[in-house]
Amino acid sequence: MEIAFLLNGETVRLAGISATTTLLDWLRGERMLTGTKEGCNEGDCGACTVIVTDAGGARTLNACILFLPQLHGKAVRTVEGIAGPGGELHPVQQAMIDHHGSQCGFCTPGFITSMACAHLNGARDFDDQLAGNLCRCTGYAPIIRAAEAAADAPVPDWMRDTAPGAGAVQGAGWFAPESADHLADLYAAHPDATLVAGATDVGLWVTKQMRDLGKIIFLHRCSDLLRMDETPEGLRIGAGVTMDRVLAVMAGRHPSFAEMVRRYGSAQVRNAATIGGNIANGSPIGDNPPALIALGAKLHLRKGDARREMAIEDFFLSYGKQDRAPGEFVEAVTIPAQPDRLRVYKLSKRFDQDISAVCGAFNVTVADGTVTTARIAFGGMAGVPKRATAVEQALIGQPWSEATVAAALPAFAEDFTPLSDMRASADYRLGAAQAMMRRCFLEDQGVPANVLETAP
Amino acid sequence: MSVAKPLPHDAAALHVTGQARYVDDIPAPAGTLHLAFGLSGVARGRIVSMDLAPVRAAPGVVAVLTAEDLARDADTSPSAHDEPLLAKGEVFFEGQALFLVIATSHHAARHAAAKARVGIDAMPPILTVDEALAADSRFEDGPRIYGKGDAPAALATAPRRLQGRFDLGGQEHFYLEGQAAMVWPQEGGDMMVFSSTQHPTEIQHKVAHALGLPMHAVRVECRRMGGGFGGKESQGNALAIACAVAAQATGRPCKMRYDRDDDMRITGKRHDFRIEYDVGFDDTGRVTAVSFHHYARCGWSMDLSLPVADRAMLHADNAYDLAHVRIESHRLKTNTASATAFRGFGGPQGMVGIERVMDHVAHTLGMDPAEVRRRNYYPSAAAVAKGAEAGTTPYGMAVTDFELHDMTARLLETCDYAARKAAIADWNAANPVIKRGIAFSPVKFGISFTLTHLNQAGALVHVYQDGSIHLNHGGTEMGQGLFQKIAQVAASRFGVPMDMVKITATDTAKVPNTSATAASSGSDLNGMAVKAACDTIRDRMAEHLAERYQTTPDAVRFEGGEVIVGEARMSFADAAKSAWMARVSLSATGFYKTPKLEWDRIRGTGRPFFYFAYGCAVTEVAIDTLTGENRILRADILHDCGASLNPALDLGQIEGAYVQGAGWLTTEELVWDDTGRLRTHAPSTYKIPACSDRPDIFNVTLWDGQNREDTIYRSKAVGEPPFMLGISAWLALSDAVAACGPAYPALNAPATAEEVWRGLQRVRHGL
Repeated sequence: MEIAFLLNGETVRLAGISATTTLLDWLRGERMLTGTKEGCNEGDCGACTVIVTDAGGARTLNACILFLPQLHGKAVRTVEGIAGPGGELHPVQQAMIDHHGSQCGFCTPGFITSMACAHLNGARDFDDQLAGNLCRCTGYAPIIRAAEAAADAPVPDWMRDTAPGAGAVQGAGWFAPESADHLADLYAAHPDATLVAGATDVGLWVTKQMRDLGKIIFLHRCSDLLRMDETPEGLRIGAGVTMDRVLAVMAGRHPSFAEMVRRYGSAQVRNAATIGGNIANGSPIGDNPPALIALGAKLHLRKGDARREMAIEDFFLSYGKQDRAPGEFVEAVTIPAQPDRLRVYKLSKRFDQDISAVCGAFNVTVADGTVTTARIAFGGMAGVPKRATAVEQALIGQPWSEATVAAALPAFAEDFTPLSDMRASADYRLGAAQAMMRRCFLEDQGVPANVLETAP
Repeated sequence: MSVAKPLPHDAAALHVTGQARYVDDIPAPAGTLHLAFGLSGVARGRIVSMDLAPVRAAPGVVAVLTAEDLARDADTSPSAHDEPLLAKGEVFFEGQALFLVIATSHHAARHAAAKARVGIDAMPPILTVDEALAADSRFEDGPRIYGKGDAPAALATAPRRLQGRFDLGGQEHFYLEGQAAMVWPQEGGDMMVFSSTQHPTEIQHKVAHALGLPMHAVRVECRRMGGGFGGKESQGNALAIACAVAAQATGRPCKMRYDRDDDMRITGKRHDFRIEYDVGFDDTGRVTAVSFHHYARCGWSMDLSLPVADRAMLHADNAYDLAHVRIESHRLKTNTASATAFRGFGGPQGMVGIERVMDHVAHTLGMDPAEVRRRNYYPSAAAVAKGAEAGTTPYGMAVTDFELHDMTARLLETCDYAARKAAIADWNAANPVIKRGIAFSPVKFGISFTLTHLNQAGALVHVYQDGSIHLNHGGTEMGQGLFQKIAQVAASRFGVPMDMVKITATDTAKVPNTSATAASSGSDLNGMAVKAACDTIRDRMAEHLAERYQTTPDAVRFEGGEVIVGEARMSFADAAKSAWMARVSLSATGFYKTPKLEWDRIRGTGRPFFYFAYGCAVTEVAIDTLTGENRILRADILHDCGASLNPALDLGQIEGAYVQGAGWLTTEELVWDDTGRLRTHAPSTYKIPACSDRPDIFNVTLWDGQNREDTIYRSKAVGEPPFMLGISAWLALSDAVAACGPAYPALNAPATAEEVWRGLQRVRHGL
């Protein structure tokens, strides 16, 4: 069967392609469209950024970890398609020239596509829009000047792509089911298949580990996995919901969760990565699980027609091992409705687009000055995302005070024995986790304790 | 005149449309083969077995070569001939190339390379400074020692004295375009090489050597690099040589690029240093004597480590007139990737040493660190011009062009330093968690290659009969805007608009025997060489026109796209055509060598530099005293480019260099494990500054001056000097930490959140 998509406005039909051919390799190798660059081949530098439009709108994605079947029915625009048909420059291109936004030029195509997409969508939070585009020459200042200068220019006509849409598709060794039911049947029949949602992690299995993924089931077309529903139990988020949508929905409910999501991946990564993928891969440094544990979220698993649910912390058994049977998949996660008391603290070497050394989530409720409930969870402190149960117990029933917090700090060493690695040493991890507990209290008292909110 | 105009980068329109071609974008001929190295997973040991049958059997593999398969000694070193292309029996770092896979695609080669079964009898690697010292594992017989006066005696009698020691991390270049090369075999065994390199002549020389050919049989071209920063001065040799060797073996074009993780494992980085200091000073903050020990981890091969470590010593004074100085430099041989050139070339490390000393002295005396610095400055150029005695560097060079007194006064005033410092003290008194810090730091950076013979350049200029101009020189373009600056020089010499000048790729067949585009020297050297070539042609045209119009050559003027001879005016094109019709040669080479240089690197005396470039910065930061998280709030910079050839490009160099320098000292941390494996070999783990890491407020101003030496249009070099303005960010973090307790923060670098947190423990608890 063929996959079909629009490339810079022209229809492309491909048959017989390998399911793990990346858009980047195909653009550069087959189409000789060499404007899109390979900088890191893992989605961290943005030199390969392209604009992909589907029914949900236009968004940026990293072409180096984007497999061709993921494009079926969509419209792709590369740097070669940003200038007009007659060669007229897009406003962001002209602004980048005028404001000296390119030096070596190698990152520039990725910046141009990110800037053009932001411009198309009317986004002006340029530091966030461009957090996934690394530049080693300019120090970014002239690029931001260019983005600001072009912001008010009208969107050129040629930038408005319409996704053609397309029917169901599959190929040799790969499937792209249209519903969770279809997925359940397929996965039950092929429990050895690799599930691929946004490919922000699995992409690296291919590009870096050079693994053969075997049979692949792509999840992005399972429309019911893409839903977010208000249910009596709370907000039910389908496993296929991408992190850009999680950020948007959390901004109104748990702003600290949203702020963590803003930092956890660049726009390109948030636009691809799914909440289900971030949970299911079981990484001890995934940033969603600590926040979800603190919120008391429930995980919904499905195998064939059989469904079960569990407290999300129970899913993580040990390092690399989750409570998931062959053929079973994460269908959704439900976050109970509750007043917002959540604080999420992400600690990394760089603020944006970095993996956490420690990620702490605190959900402490206080009534009449006394701690009534405490759900506290951490990533980066153990082989799994893990609750700080001893710390919780040291708080519950005590006055919400500096003294209580101080008295609870030694309990961190009961809950956690972190490791040293390239992100942080063990003693710093423990010290930082304790510092986060103190910050949680101090911020609750109105003491400024966020360096990102400190203005010059 | 085009010189001094803020024109955009010459390739800006190509960059923004994706049309600018880098090596991997050049259409490869049909049948091109692709290469990958098989790498050692062990840092030190003896190869006992290498089963490459699974590699040879992998899909798409055409051939696999080991050291034994090479007909000749293929060496990639730029200095000591100590880097075999492929390991010969022993391995010296994790990531060393063991064998070369030649396959039908990049992916086929990478996949195949991973299938080798290599047995290595591992030995304990020498990784740290202490291990290297214990094993006396070093380059050169012993430490180099430079100095002046009698530092030990002056220290012994100093009114006050303190000692300290810190670790200063290395830095990955993270050029966005990884290393890449392509070689097309030509008739008769000649080779055409495309390389992403700052040093085409070195590539030519090393490829010719590896193939047993004279240099005339190898031609190297580089139109542009996607960033260099020193990382493409010698580190591209291996790929070009591998492609040439494979092209010779197969008769087919060969191409190689490193995957990013491989690039970061294989290639060298900035040298990390341990620096120990012992300083004597008085109560006014005047430093009376200082002694430094530099311990540089150089990696497994010599590469450029000797001149890098030399330059660190040559910047151990930075801006300060020190009466008694001793600098002892140890160049340690370790089982890590061979550290290499990186913007500043050792200068930043040396400079951080003395800036740390100034900070420590100021903290001890409770004085304003900016004031302590000013009290130790060299005498100003203005004072020297009026007859004051010039200060003398520790290597015996008189400092006659010192601009920093006036620059410092101007910057401290325009950035409102004193008032902000007071406001920060108020903030820190009122806020228990978030603390702020502010710091000033100056830069004095020596301009010239310290290997004196490298200070030469050539150019080739053609004027065609339609007046269009073909420009070529030995410099390479890595984003710094060199080509545009040089084109501005050429257009100015001929008095023509910029669109009449064609900028062309660096090509060893056009200009031979070039030096690396390095040491910030690109526009100084090549600008003068191009000027010479243009003037030769212009003089010939003037002579011809003078004869034709019965006047003297000095009456012929080239301006506004025209040539004016007395009353007569003609377009430059008509003038060129007239010269051509009169059989006047319209092609010329140009040559330049930097004057006044004289340097003895063993004794450490002479004049290694033609002049100094200056700059200064004030940075304000905020830290979270709970976790140590920190960020830059504001930076104000005043930098000296002499009479700028292109103020827009120079501002771009300064902004970019500052952020890169601040990144080096804050978030960019290289981590090796105990077995010598680099654990930060991708952007997922090695964090260069992202967009939001630039200062919220970022004011950069050019100092309005002229080079006191006779450089191209009295401009100054700009590539490296502003990198060291980032030191002010590290010092500002120290200032913020110092607000939390009585002890000196004694930060190591990089000052990651974790290091700031440790600094907080030190100042609070004296830990």
